[in-house]
Amino acid sequence: MSRETTTNTHTTSLRTAVDWGLVAVALPTLAALTQPIGARGGETLGWFGGSLAPLFLIGAVLTVLAGRTAPTRIKGAWTELSGIVLAWLLPLHLLDEGVDLSAGAGVWLFLVAAILQLWRVLGALSARPGWTRSVLVPGLFGLGLLIAWEILVRGFQVPAILLPAPSRIAGALVQHAPVLWDDFRQTVLISVLRGYLMGCGAGFAVAILADRVPFLARGLLPLGNLASAIPVVGIAPIMVMWFGFDWQSKAAVIVVMTFFPMLVNTLAGLSSAERIQLDLMRSYAAGYGRTLVKLRLPNALPFLFNGLKINSTLALIGAIVAEFFGTPVVGMGFRISTEVARMNLDVVWASITVAALTGSGLYGGLALLERATTAWHPSMRRR
Amino acid sequence: MHSPSPSRTSGATGQPAPAPIVQARSLSLVYPTADNRPVTALSEVDLTIARGDFVSLIGPSGCGKTTLLRVIADLEQPTGGSITVEGLTPEQARLKRLYGYVFQAPALYPWRTVERNVMLPLEIMGIPRAERQARAREELQRVGLSGFERKFPWQLSGGMQQRASIARALALKPDLLLMDEPFGALDEITRDHLNLHLTQLWRSTGKTCVFVTHSIAEAVFLSTRIVVMSPRPGRILDVIDCDLPRERTLDIRESPEFAAIAHRVRDGLKEGHSYDD
Repeated sequence: MSRETTTNTHTTSLRTAVDWGLVAVALPTLAALTQPIGARGGETLGWFGGSLAPLFLIGAVLTVLAGRTAPTRIKGAWTELSGIVLAWLLPLHLLDEGVDLSAGAGVWLFLVAAILQLWRVLGALSARPGWTRSVLVPGLFGLGLLIAWEILVRGFQVPAILLPAPSRIAGALVQHAPVLWDDFRQTVLISVLRGYLMGCGAGFAVAILADRVPFLARGLLPLGNLASAIPVVGIAPIMVMWFGFDWQSKAAVIVVMTFFPMLVNTLAGLSSAERIQLDLMRSYAAGYGRTLVKLRLPNALPFLFNGLKINSTLALIGAIVAEFFGTPVVGMGFRISTEVARMNLDVVWASITVAALTGSGLYGGLALLERATTAWHPSMRRR
Repeated sequence: MHSPSPSRTSGATGQPAPAPIVQARSLSLVYPTADNRPVTALSEVDLTIARGDFVSLIGPSGCGKTTLLRVIADLEQPTGGSITVEGLTPEQARLKRLYGYVFQAPALYPWRTVERNVMLPLEIMGIPRAERQARAREELQRVGLSGFERKFPWQLSGGMQQRASIARALALKPDLLLMDEPFGALDEITRDHLNLHLTQLWRSTGKTCVFVTHSIAEAVFLSTRIVVMSPRPGRILDVIDCDLPRERTLDIRESPEFAAIAHRVRDGLKEGHSYDD
């Protein structure tokens, strides 16, 4: 609390000076007032041409004024945020009214001002540690991008076949949920999970073996470089011929893609133990196994997680691409390839969304697990 | 040239001398190098360390003092001569876990709490959990780290980390404690404090300590005997008895006796250097 008060006196004294950030917000707003906000029925529409636009404008200005007189900077930021939401809602409202925004320079200038204001608010919010900084700020940032996408696509009437608006993708997600769930189960829960476990498990096991048998490491590492250069599109049809249409061929592609990253990372991790730590184990008359379990593996954890994280995205890409070359009539890759052919781009985008969310989910889950198990590592330490 | 007197067991006490804890006879260690100019790390080293002694190995960098300690610990293999530890080969002694080793750096595992670090050797020995914990607590208390059991090493200061590593070596309950410049990386104030602590610990436990250092004051303050070594090739120049009273405080460093011994050590070190100049 005391910290908040001190920052406050500081900012209050600053606020008596000219706030150039606010000037930067005010200028495009004033410029926007001189421009039309769109066209309806072939006629240009001004700010005060009979729409609800002035209400949005006044509301946004009021929140800026309220934000600057708020008792703390953070409370001010929240107030200003509501003004930004209002500014973003204006083009959506106009679109619903049937206004053509592509001729409305006023709205776009107004949105530029809103973006600048969002910049200021995010700057203020990211000064606050904890959930505000780590979750809320990136969340607002992403939401801002999505809304900008929505407004631009709809405002300039981009054909949905080129780029659908996020709302349309969301609609497709809901509408095709059962199909997408089946695809998800086939691709992620069956192929990716099994292939990932097999590839990472084999990479890990062979690394342990290669650590014991040095020539194996010397022989395998150059092969790892070769394997990482193999194009998936080359290996996938071969695997489909070898292992058939079902998950086995997808798992095989994933094993080829994930085996070497895991091997290389595990080997690097195993050799990262310091001499002095190894000497310590030797002075305790600890054998190979004990040294491995008590020292080298825990020490290798950051490397292992590195491999696991890289592989989580590789596995998903591998499975989806492999499904292009033959699959039972289900799966995310199959869905994308067939719906593209049928010009059903909404479903394609919905599939892409599921894949992207799955990939970041896997990666994020592993990152959380990593944080929980390697909190001791210098890169993770929080005293 | 001094001829180092390897043993002081021939004292006029009349008592039969107890078996030495470490005995080296014309020990040598030559490292092969890539450019075919082998490095002689140890040359013809004769040394006897009696039970209960605090022996410091002192000398400039490269004189083989750390190598000698590592040979005792079976972390390096000599290329000539013989050495016994508790009457066994160093390897047998290591496998029987007869010594505790304190390294230059604390070498605590960052993923283990301080207590679990001290318990590590006991885990490897297969000692039951309850006893492990009791012994770890006891040793941490001995080095003044009670209350820090649940902390992680990186949450402790450098001096505290090195104390924890001493507790870890003590947890094995060895008769022989090998220490390789354990306080070398610490500031002088912390170092004084830990030296005082160490000398009290040595007096109260009756262990034999072999202590590598390059600080004359530290060697004289801690030791009952000081082994002066010289580089190229690594050899023993002199073994100086340090017959200050066993109970020592930091004030002893102001006494004329202390100054006299320090002077002898310095002379010995100078003699070694005249070779190079």
